[in-house]
Amino acid sequence: MVGTMPLARLIPCLDVARGRVVKGVRFRGLRAVGDPVEMGAAYSDAGADELVFLDIEATLEQRRSRIDLVARIADRLAIPFTVGGGVRGLADARDLLRAGADKISVNTAVLERPGLIGELAAEVGSQAVVVAIDAAGGKVVSRAGTRRTPWDAVEWAREAEERGAGEILLTSIDADGTRRGYDLALTRAVAGAVTIPVIASGGAGGARHVAEALGVAQAALLASILHENPDRLTSLRGELLALGVPVRHVA
Amino acid sequence: MKVAVCDYGAGNVRSVIVALNRLGADASSTQDPVELTDADLAVLPGVGSARAAMSGMKAHGLDEALRSRVAAGGPTLGICLGLQLALEETEEDGGVVGLGLLPGRATRVSVGRVPRIGWARVEPEGAVYYFAHSYAAQTSAAVATSEGIVAEARAGSFVGVQFHPEKSGSAGAQWLGRCL
Repeated sequence: MVGTMPLARLIPCLDVARGRVVKGVRFRGLRAVGDPVEMGAAYSDAGADELVFLDIEATLEQRRSRIDLVARIADRLAIPFTVGGGVRGLADARDLLRAGADKISVNTAVLERPGLIGELAAEVGSQAVVVAIDAAGGKVVSRAGTRRTPWDAVEWAREAEERGAGEILLTSIDADGTRRGYDLALTRAVAGAVTIPVIASGGAGGARHVAEALGVAQAALLASILHENPDRLTSLRGELLALGVPVRHVA
Repeated sequence: MKVAVCDYGAGNVRSVIVALNRLGADASSTQDPVELTDADLAVLPGVGSARAAMSGMKAHGLDEALRSRVAAGGPTLGICLGLQLALEETEEDGGVVGLGLLPGRATRVSVGRVPRIGWARVEPEGAVYYFAHSYAAQTSAAVATSEGIVAEARAGSFVGVQFHPEKSGSAGAQWLGRCL
C-alpha cells in the first residue's frame, strides 16, 4: 500500500443567481461573471477534479428551472458534479440526482431539520450527501449567511458526520472573496473533529493559499481566482505540484 | 452498440448514459428485464445505498435478469455500488444479500477518511480514476487495486469497477471505450 488517501482535489465553484455565475465578496456585492454551462464545460475540459454548483437565491419557481440548467451542465461534464442551494428535502435531491448531479449539498434545510441528513444518506448513500457549513467568527450561519444559528462550526460538523454526511463543505464568510487566504484555523479545527473529507472554501488568492488549505483539508473550492481567467486552473495545478502538493497530473 | 443501463431508483444514471453515448454507444436507462437481456452490454451503475438499490432492482425483476444474463455470457459492467451488489453480500445497511456474480463480500473501508472520495491511482494499469465509496470489495476475483482497495474485479462475462469511469475525465472515457 503506497498511500492511503486519494489526491488533493481542486474544485471550481459556480455560484449561480438567475441563471448566471456570480461572484461577490463576503457574500455581498454580487456581479455576473459568466454562463454556467460554458464555464462548467471549460472547467471539466481543463482538468478540474470536480465541479460545484450553488444556487444562491433559489426560490420555488427557480428550483424548477434549475433542474433544466443542472441537466444542461451535467451533460457537458466528465467529472463529478455537486449541486446545492435551496435543497429542501428528499424530492429536491432526487430531482437533482436524476438531472445528472452526483452529490447534493445541503445547508439551511438540515440546520432547520438535522434528521434530513440521515434520510438523504439512507436513500442516496453518504458519499452523495455534502453538508455545507457557512461560518462567521467560528459560528454557523444559515440562509446564505444572513441568519445566526446557535451552532459552533466544529460541533455542527461533528453532528452532521454522525447523522450520515459524506463530506463537509466549509466556507468561511470572513475570508470569502477576500483573496487573503483560507481560514486555516477554522478548517484545521473542523477537519480534526471529523473523519469524513473536508472541502475548504473562501479566501483563495494564490497557489500558496491553496497549498496551505490542502495541508489541512482534502479539497479546495476555487471561485474568485478562476472565473476571470479559467486557464488559471492549469497554471495553479502546476504551481501546486511544484510546491509538492499531491494534486492530480492532468495531461 | 445497444447498452442498457439499469435504473433501479433514485440516483444519477444520466452521467453514465451521457458518457457512453459520447463514445458512440446507443445507451439508455431501463427498468425492463427484457431490454436488459437483449442489450449488447448491460450496466449496473453506482448510485444510491445498497438496500435501496437492491430492493429497487428486485421490484422490477432486474436481479434475476442480470443473473441470467451473466450466466449466459452476456457482457455486463458494474460501477461502484454496482460492483458491490454483484458480490455475494455487502455489510452496508446492516447486511444486504448481493447478486452473487462475483465471489466475496463488500466491507466498510477502514483506512483514511471515509467516504473515500477523490482521484487515485489504479495498479497495475497506472491511470488515475475518481472514487467515491464507503464500502469496498473483498474478492478473489480482483484484477486491479488502488491504495490496497479492490479497484476492478472480473468473473465470466461480468466486470466490476470501484471507480467511476464516467466521472474520470479522459482516462475514464478511454476505460469505458474498451468496454464497447
